[in-house]
Amino acid sequence: MNTRTTHEPIIQMKNIEKHFGSVIALAGVSIDVYPGECHCLLGDNGAGKSTFIKTMSGVHKPTRGEILFEGRPMNFESPRDAMDAGIATVHQHLAMIPLMSVSRNFFMGNEPVKKVVGMNFFDHEYANQVTMDEMRKMGINLRGPDQAVGTLSGGERQTVAIARAVHFGAKVLILDEPTSALGVRQTANVLATIDKVRKQDIAVVFITHNVRHAMAVGDRFTVLNRGQTLGTAQRGQISAEELQDMMAGGQELVALEGSLGGTV
Amino acid sequence: MVDIAQTDERIKEISPLRRALIRPELGGMVGTVAVFLLFLLFASDSGMFAAQGALNWSLVSAQFMIIAVGACLLMIAGEFDLSVGSMIGFAGMMVAVFGVVLGWPMWLTIITTFAICLALGALNGWIVVKTGLPSFIVTLAFLFILRGFTIYIPQTIERKTIIGGIRDAAEGDWLAPIFGGKIGTSFFQWLGEAGVIEVFERGSRAGEPVVDGIPMLIVWAIALVIFGHVLLTKTRFGNWVFASGGDAEAARNSGVPVNRVKILMFMFTAFCATVFATCQVMEFGSAGADRGLLKEFEAIIAVVIGGALLTGGYGSVLGAALGALIFGVVQQGLFFAGVESSLFRVFLGVILLAAVILNTYIRRIITGER
Repeated sequence: MNTRTTHEPIIQMKNIEKHFGSVIALAGVSIDVYPGECHCLLGDNGAGKSTFIKTMSGVHKPTRGEILFEGRPMNFESPRDAMDAGIATVHQHLAMIPLMSVSRNFFMGNEPVKKVVGMNFFDHEYANQVTMDEMRKMGINLRGPDQAVGTLSGGERQTVAIARAVHFGAKVLILDEPTSALGVRQTANVLATIDKVRKQDIAVVFITHNVRHAMAVGDRFTVLNRGQTLGTAQRGQISAEELQDMMAGGQELVALEGSLGGTV
Repeated sequence: MVDIAQTDERIKEISPLRRALIRPELGGMVGTVAVFLLFLLFASDSGMFAAQGALNWSLVSAQFMIIAVGACLLMIAGEFDLSVGSMIGFAGMMVAVFGVVLGWPMWLTIITTFAICLALGALNGWIVVKTGLPSFIVTLAFLFILRGFTIYIPQTIERKTIIGGIRDAAEGDWLAPIFGGKIGTSFFQWLGEAGVIEVFERGSRAGEPVVDGIPMLIVWAIALVIFGHVLLTKTRFGNWVFASGGDAEAARNSGVPVNRVKILMFMFTAFCATVFATCQVMEFGSAGADRGLLKEFEAIIAVVIGGALLTGGYGSVLGAALGALIFGVVQQGLFFAGVESSLFRVFLGVILLAAVILNTYIRRIITGER
């Protein structure tokens, strides 16, 4: 059971609306996320999940609505602002650069520097050390810090990205469909990583359209459909079937399920 | 052993030798050794490896190196510059116009030329970044625009396409020797007197050594290679260069100022082209409208032989420098070996293909590309 509700939410999104020209991508979405919980954001393709998390991470400015971060209203001008505040996003495909080494990727944009005769140089020694340590903590044994990310599996790449976000002090970790392209075993690894992160009192926002993955780690579930939320449910209050139905918009799926025999 | 619990049965052991060899520069290193061996075998008695011959191919290689460093960093940052050759012609012409036609002091001429060319590089980069067009197209446009001006300007004001008199204009200037001077002249004088290198026996320069110093062109080449290598591998900016070329979107998501990196790299490429041009006009004493023709491709070839990936995100400045060395040694070596000069292109094509095949193989091992 979730006992965290006594805490203050770390981030609150209130009636967020986002319009792109004449298209209403979000029509008033509210959620709040607490430290140490895994809040699953579910929705089918086009439901507005990506727009919503991009609003949360500072990529988009909401057309209407309010974002409270640690109780204060926040106005992120850029993803960098959100990052500095402690909101980190791990993107599905765009997390890592395969041609670069794990250690270079790990510190991309946050390179440690050391001064040599008054000039700043990339502190490779420190970077390599930290990378190896953090990877070991997450259960990944690297051949070396200079191993290219391209040689890692998809699940390992997601894990590197998550470990990176945690290392750089993320308080809110947004995972954009981290499991959608992964095999069974790799998915299990990523879900286990999410669990480890949550235990460090970091708020995890887990975006997925796979109900089973959500049920495996989620504390609370919010379903987005056509730019609106259909409410947030606690773990144990809702079944996988109900979530599935809400995502697909109810009736249509009932009709479909008849012909598919409940296999979706 | 404590390590046993941590070893992964699916990671194969890699021998130290293989590890030392598997690097982006390997293709360039193999190629360098190959061409030197080849010419030692076939051209050793032609004077190619005597002082004068060595200076000859060193100079040509240094020219390639200067533009290859810029092209290399830019390519790793994910962009091309096809306007390098035209920029060389344009920069040289600017030096002639300001320094000779307008009679400005040479230091002011050089600084103004650098400022104009850096601004043009920045414009190239700005257009690429703002429009999202492929740099191939944008810089192709500048290839024509700059070449056009390089021909138009001298024709309009001087009614000719070559402007001379630069050496006289540079006489006594404090900045000009940085590009046209030589270092180590007293050392070479001593070498000549000690009999280590030959001296002229007749003519107006009798008694002087055949090589009387290291031209600044070579100094610039070495300095730029070292600067580029350190910048790329040892600084945080270098990490941004790799990231911008590897995946601009991922880099942006991680807070890398991708646009700034790319524009700066366009400016650096323009800087290298201007260094090349300034050294060249100081050496020749004149600026010609056709200078630098096809240099952009030669730079790209050197960079690719050196192991860089055409699509960006991967490469090595040292590799590019080796590529330039191969280029220069082959071009001059065939001349020394007495081979018909048109075969140079054949030779170059073969080297290019062989190096790229080897590089692709190495890169796949390193990066796990499939």
